[in-house]
Amino acid sequence: MTTTKTVVTLKVNGVERTAEVEPRLLLVHFLRDVLGLTGTHVGCDTSQCGACTVLLDGRGVKSCTVLAVQADGHEVTTVEGLARDGELHPIQEGFWEKHGLQCGFCTPGAMMTAVELLRQNPNPTDEEIREGLEGVICRCTGYENIVRAVKYAAERMRG
Amino acid sequence: MASVFGTAIKRREDPRLITGNGRYTDDVQLPGMLYAAILRSPHAHARIRGINVEKAKRHPGVVAVFTGRDVAGKVAPIPTAWLPPDSNIKTPAHPALAVDSVRYVGDGVAMVVAESRYVARDALELIEVDYEVLPAVVDPEKAMEKGAPAVHEEVPDNVAFHWQAGSDPASAFQDAEVVVRHRFRQQRLIPNAMEPRSAVAQYNAGSGEMTVWVTSQNPHIHRFLLSNILGIPEHKLRIVAVDVGGGFGSKIPCYADEALVALAAKELGRPVKWTEDRRENFLATSHGRDEVIYAELAGKRDGTMLGLRIRMVANMGAYLSTAAPGVPTILFGLITVGPYRIPRAHTEVYGVFTNTTPTDAYRGAGRPEATYVIERMTDLFAREIGMDVVEVRKKNLIPAEEFPYTTALGLQYDSGNYHGALQKALEMVHYEEFRKEQERLRTQGRYIGLGWSTYVEICGLGPSQIAGAVGFQGGLWESAAVRVHPGGKVTVFTGASPHGQGEETTFAQIVADRFGIPVEDVEVVHGDTDRIPMGWGTYGSRATPVGGSALAVAADRILEKARKIAAHMLEVSEEDVEFADGKFQVKGVPTRQVTFQNVVLQAHLAWNLPAGVEPGLEAQAFYDPVNFCYPFGAHACVVEVDVETGQIKVLRYVAVDDCGPVINPMIVEGQVHGGIVQGMGQALWEGAVYDEQGQLVTGSFMDYAMPKARFFPSFETAHTVTPAPHNPLGVKGIGETGTIAATPAVVNAVVDALAPFGVADLEMPLTPEKIWKITHGRDA
Ligand code: FES
Ligand code: FES
Repeated sequence: MTTTKTVVTLKVNGVERTAEVEPRLLLVHFLRDVLGLTGTHVGCDTSQCGACTVLLDGRGVKSCTVLAVQADGHEVTTVEGLARDGELHPIQEGFWEKHGLQCGFCTPGAMMTAVELLRQNPNPTDEEIREGLEGVICRCTGYENIVRAVKYAAERMRG
Repeated sequence: MASVFGTAIKRREDPRLITGNGRYTDDVQLPGMLYAAILRSPHAHARIRGINVEKAKRHPGVVAVFTGRDVAGKVAPIPTAWLPPDSNIKTPAHPALAVDSVRYVGDGVAMVVAESRYVARDALELIEVDYEVLPAVVDPEKAMEKGAPAVHEEVPDNVAFHWQAGSDPASAFQDAEVVVRHRFRQQRLIPNAMEPRSAVAQYNAGSGEMTVWVTSQNPHIHRFLLSNILGIPEHKLRIVAVDVGGGFGSKIPCYADEALVALAAKELGRPVKWTEDRRENFLATSHGRDEVIYAELAGKRDGTMLGLRIRMVANMGAYLSTAAPGVPTILFGLITVGPYRIPRAHTEVYGVFTNTTPTDAYRGAGRPEATYVIERMTDLFAREIGMDVVEVRKKNLIPAEEFPYTTALGLQYDSGNYHGALQKALEMVHYEEFRKEQERLRTQGRYIGLGWSTYVEICGLGPSQIAGAVGFQGGLWESAAVRVHPGGKVTVFTGASPHGQGEETTFAQIVADRFGIPVEDVEVVHGDTDRIPMGWGTYGSRATPVGGSALAVAADRILEKARKIAAHMLEVSEEDVEFADGKFQVKGVPTRQVTFQNVVLQAHLAWNLPAGVEPGLEAQAFYDPVNFCYPFGAHACVVEVDVETGQIKVLRYVAVDDCGPVINPMIVEGQVHGGIVQGMGQALWEGAVYDEQGQLVTGSFMDYAMPKARFFPSFETAHTVTPAPHNPLGVKGIGETGTIAATPAVVNAVVDALAPFGVADLEMPLTPEKIWKITHGRDA
């Protein structure tokens, strides 16, 4: 239960952010409570639901399983940083276009997971998308439209 | 302009949700905000001999600690809001924090309020509670046995209520050639909305106003109940629930936690936030199902069903949650006959206390259980008389020409074409070909099966007079207000409080369609008791049939007034004016017209209004439905069972649903998908397990199997359209049909696949282990 604080500096959505944090502070709470970036959600305490997924140096990670101090000096992209210059990211377009969300709570994490999935496999089959969503729990959509959304984004990103 | 009613337009709520701009409760950040954490009982049943909070209080960063004794008298016991009449119902007080005894693992014992989330959690560990552990009971049938531990001393037999419906079907059983009897277990499920429950409270000591942001499906019900619990009058209490991350019934109830947070905010003079973690959600948020059902079906050898007798023992948990008693009674007990013409029926329900988390509505609430039982019984009956399962269904489904149809249990099914839906599903499935293929594969040692579920459900809750008659402690009508701004844009206020169902879009479509304006010109406001006149919330697939109908009525009131003004502008009588595509026009003279916007502006300028017409353009409606809605359909599931590993693979899922006219096909399809997955979840994977001591063994996502994307094929959905004759939109509700229909379709499919193994029934969830035992037991 240490309360000695450490200074961390992260580049979050392209902007440098510095703060004093407890070493035990989770990255997700750093983003939500310290930076006020509440688009990243917390859905579980066992690292299974994926609601908290962000990109750390461009790779998908569950931010409930990373300490803020571990992210010190690194780059983080959250759902707030997906759109560029007022243009939605293809994955955001896909989720909107294909009704990939209902309550929207799993959505930021699901979209970040999908970005990671498409980075690894730009042209996935339905089955590969379903496999790739293993770390996402969505209670609303039945996943069908998330699969369609990811497919849509894959097509858009391949141009 | 093409009609927007019936169009798959993209959702209007999505731009904020896909960019991280949603406003969920835990997103609320207020200056000076404190964080609460709740200590929960680790025992299923224990007496509290003492609590020592001194260490916790002294912990740096802790602002206050509250125990049951501290809050007693300030926070009234949490009430039950559904009291079925003639059921001898017992409602032992449910204190916000336990005072003398804890009655389930997760029961609240103390609350810490601290400067940060982490410190509040730390301090929980510093509270010392001296428990005297008592014997616990978790199984509802065991709880009814003589000598079982009493969950509440004042209810020694643990029977919370005993309720009956219908009349004795003895004569049907005397006439029967066949009687099928079976015992079903509906396992306990954990709703697991992805957003954990959360509450933020802020109190203004000067004005006496309390604002509570809370994860709620029904903010006005929350206001109503919290007002009583906290002693804060309704006009000083504001409940806000704008973005809610799913509920599935678990965010209907009023929980102690929300009241405690409000108390803390008031006592400490600072805003307070509490958010449960997933472990807490498993323990302290309402569960669903958990019933034992004994069914007896009487019939003739030609396939005619004659009578149905149902006895249910429902596990209510340690206390009666807000709507809980309504679930096994009204929502299950009145619809056990399903879509079939069964002339005699009787239901008897025992609601039983156990040392488990309280149960309440979970998507479908009662209707999935009823559908499961009658659909399984239909298959068992078919098997008994050697008839095809589809033939038995066709023989007993209520024919289209018999609607409205009054059932043996007293409900009046509004409209239906049950054979039509089944026929469509049969065509999609290619039934005959399937049977041939099944035969062929069996000779190769491969086992595929097809399961049916022809269902009807009761939704669009509901006529308030009936709500009162069945003991619901509120109304079930809905409110709508339509405000047309001078420039022609429209704000709509609805008492239905959606949390993922997309009503910001469908409700805008209803209004845009009526006014002939672009859907972008309509904004839908919900989830705030200060902005909405009144409302009863979203559950029981009621938002669109009831809330949407309220909106249609309010919109028509606007048009009525606008027509008067238009006639005045066009200098003709009202009867000579017609309205189409957003324009008022003199009948037969297309050149003489004024637009809706034009009329709106004149209404606001009021320079030249017809005599007796007030300025402005706003209307309200309080719509009370005259009947429930009865959506129906036919679902079919095709599975393959790997008899070596016990794995079940869902190969196809065909859903034909009839919810009346579809406002937004994309949203409706989404509701069907999500529902199917939850229904399949119960059939194949999900199930809460308690050990004998009342510990929840499946208390995290590591132990409780949540459906994942890779478990499913792509679904095939279709519709038939039979309007509800009694509401202005003809719509019936679609939010729960998938969950209601899917569970028996899947189990029927697996039983069908395993028919060569002599399997007649299987207990859910159908885990590979269970299947493997069956297939290998035969081999051995
Ligand atoms: S909150 Fe990180 S995986 Fe669930
Ligand atoms: S959209 Fe609600 S959990 Fe995925």
